[in-house]
Amino acid sequence: MAAAAHADVHANEHDHAHEHHEQSFIRKYIFSEDHKVIAKQYLISGIIWALIGGFLSLVFRLQLGYPGIDLGWLKPILGERWFDDTGKLDPNYYIALVTMHGTIMVFFVLTAGLSGTFSNFLIPLQVGARDMASGFINMLSYWFFFLSSVIMFSSLFVHDGPAGGGWVIYPPLSALPDAAPGSATGMTLWLISMAIFIVSSLLGSVNYVTTVINLRTRGMTFDKMPLTIWAFTFTAILGILSFPVLFSAALLLIFDRSFGTSFYLSDIYINGQALPNQGGSPILFQHLFWFLGHPEVYIVILPALGMTSEIIATNSRKPIFGYRAMIFSMLGIMFLAFIVWAHHMFMTGMNPFLGSVFMLLTLIIAVPSAVKAFNYITTMWRGNIVFTPAMLFSIGLVSFFVSGGVTGIILGNSALDIQLHDTYFVVAHFHLVMGSAAFFGMVAGVYHWFPKMFGRMMNATLGYIHFWVTIAGVYVVFFPQHYLGIAGFPRRYYAYTGFDFTNKYQDLAELSTIAAIVVFAANIIFLFNFFYSIFWGKKATANPWRSNTLEWTTPVEPGHGNWPGEIPVVYRWPYDYSKPGAAEDFIPQHIPFSATPESNLEEENEQIKEEREIEGIQFNHSIPD
Amino acid sequence: MRQNELKMPINKLSEEPKQVLTVNKWKFMVWLFIITIIMLFASQTSAYLVRRAEGNWVEFDIPQIFWFSTIVLLISSVSMHFSLQSAKKNNQSMLKMAVAITFAFGIAFLVMQYLGWQNLQQQGVFLKGNPSGSFFYVFTGLHMAHLLIGLGILIATFIMAFRMKINSKNTLLVEVCATAWHFLDLLWVYLFVFLLYFR
Ligand code: HEM
Ligand SMILES: [Cu+2]
Repeated sequence: MAAAAHADVHANEHDHAHEHHEQSFIRKYIFSEDHKVIAKQYLISGIIWALIGGFLSLVFRLQLGYPGIDLGWLKPILGERWFDDTGKLDPNYYIALVTMHGTIMVFFVLTAGLSGTFSNFLIPLQVGARDMASGFINMLSYWFFFLSSVIMFSSLFVHDGPAGGGWVIYPPLSALPDAAPGSATGMTLWLISMAIFIVSSLLGSVNYVTTVINLRTRGMTFDKMPLTIWAFTFTAILGILSFPVLFSAALLLIFDRSFGTSFYLSDIYINGQALPNQGGSPILFQHLFWFLGHPEVYIVILPALGMTSEIIATNSRKPIFGYRAMIFSMLGIMFLAFIVWAHHMFMTGMNPFLGSVFMLLTLIIAVPSAVKAFNYITTMWRGNIVFTPAMLFSIGLVSFFVSGGVTGIILGNSALDIQLHDTYFVVAHFHLVMGSAAFFGMVAGVYHWFPKMFGRMMNATLGYIHFWVTIAGVYVVFFPQHYLGIAGFPRRYYAYTGFDFTNKYQDLAELSTIAAIVVFAANIIFLFNFFYSIFWGKKATANPWRSNTLEWTTPVEPGHGNWPGEIPVVYRWPYDYSKPGAAEDFIPQHIPFSATPESNLEEENEQIKEEREIEGIQFNHSIPD
Repeated sequence: MRQNELKMPINKLSEEPKQVLTVNKWKFMVWLFIITIIMLFASQTSAYLVRRAEGNWVEFDIPQIFWFSTIVLLISSVSMHFSLQSAKKNNQSMLKMAVAITFAFGIAFLVMQYLGWQNLQQQGVFLKGNPSGSFFYVFTGLHMAHLLIGLGILIATFIMAFRMKINSKNTLLVEVCATAWHFLDLLWVYLFVFLLYFR
């Protein structure tokens, strides 16, 4: 085999890796190839994007809660031209704000910020690898993301304003630069930015999957992987399969916009003038978009669910309930995610029979989702729960996942969707189940892994305040929107004061706005806590939550290569909490069964003789790493 | 992992290593990238079918030159295969030549595709116009863009071969290159048959 020849090549690489030569500042913190640094870069970028996205939402919430309110004081930030003399927001800019809010939150915060941070940080640490499969591709992935961020951000300030028409950018509106201000330069930049974003996301996902498949430490078989890793892997696979399809959709749209093709355009009149475009179909775009769009919502939620599994098991001091059921339900969700996209299109005049098929498939998703919810609850049941801020946010996630999922079942019925489609009911549904749940997962992850990221603890009291204000606030923001939706409030409207039937609900819209401001304020506390603790937080210990997974076997602040010595070998699954007979209420994954005779089950005693074998595993030497 | 290797005396290497990893990570990544490309073209061709089923579809004849370019690309796959074989046999001069031939045929393919576009335009089929024609340009263009990446890998392989970095013990780059090239070849055959069949 090629083994021997590689030995010397390899030996050189070792020296290279272990010689701790000083890296320049730029190589270490900016163009870094270390997965931990890249994770932090994603985290900080995600936080900045979340601030921008949240701020934009406050602007249009103010308009919705108090139609015609004087927002003139925002002129210095957003530009003179978007406000009239009385300070009233320009309606075209309103829809652009909604569009940018959605795009930023879904893609830049909850896809890049969430997966980018935690997949990067946790995959190598939890599977026992020195770094990602390719540090270089990982770095590229971040910098593509950065470039796409810069383009998207700059589109906020172009003359016609940023893209308008919603985060789903349906043609024909988005395909015709003359149709609306939000379809001009802003839309072009949106498309360019998203194309680059897709490249970044694919580079990241390919790296995550390869690392999990190829770089696990000795003994880390698939059935011993933490659920976080399962979730990140499934997320990456979803991305690999669905983002190219969004690329397709965007590519054809670019051709329609810039090269005069008619993929999505037909029979259009602007100002009484017929356009030459013939033979296109705008519905085609919706099919392509939602083939990504639906998996995308799971790309957003799965990592959050994975981290929740880990945090809930650790802080309930109990093994996760139904480890395999969790994996199979994620697998089921992943599979179903690809065959339900048309539930976003019930109202496009599709064949009612086809609608029923998609309705059936959609409703089946409730089954694996419910399995997950029940498993979280049964894991907590009778546990010695430690209410850390991370644990509270995880419980909050489960709460949102359930309350938002229930409305999904209502929307999934094609007949009910006739009334509810494109109303605030949908807005309430996805902000609870996706927006808030995934956001809570992300925040929980930050509280939980902060000690490993920065070697310090975050302040728990501020964490509790953050949690209670946010969970109460989020429910107050979105719960009333269900009623608005049932009453028929359409989404994406600038104001509702034009209709009598909507006028009488103005107080609910106002309530939403006030609560949104409160939630935003609570998150400023979180930001303060975050940045303060990075520098002045209490020093952390190596394993502050008494957790089982491998990342807690590293030093307080893991350096380049993660483990100073050998990478630990894994002997058991990650959920040995409160095992009867054991001295402590947790047994980390790297403790062999031979060291814990007092708590072993019979079949685990059997496994003792395999331990030598696991330790003897040698990696295939023809594989350069 | 590295630690683990370090501890091991060199002579143990000759023992049958137990593999936890069965695929080289680079090869694995290439396959993942191939999957993303498959998804891209799968979505394009499905969009084509969905749009075509709606009617208002203008048919046109596919210029003959696309048959020839297909043959050229198929031949380039054969020479790519020879590159890999000669790398495995450590036949350096043969390796360089085969890679160069593959590259030349790749360029020839691109030129022929371009000529094909010109023929289409003489026929009155433009990028603008009925989606049947637009799709044709987009499919061929997207494939050509991916082929450029393939040519890039070929150049890298050629440079490495020239620097004598490739031998029977170190065929990774040629293997990756061959996988990508054969895939791009197959992809074109798929697109061509698709376009012929669903005209
Ligand atoms: C039982 C599970 C679920 C069902 C049956 C379901 C069903 C639906 C349906 C039918 C719609 C379309 C409503 C309309 O536009 O008329 C919808 C919208 C949406 N759902 Fe769900 N959903 C479920 C869970 C989820 C989850 C877990 C997420 C995210 C993590 C999610 C995110 C969204 C989003 C983002 C939209 C709105 C997209 C838009 O139009 O902007 N849903 N859901
Ligand atoms: Cu959906």
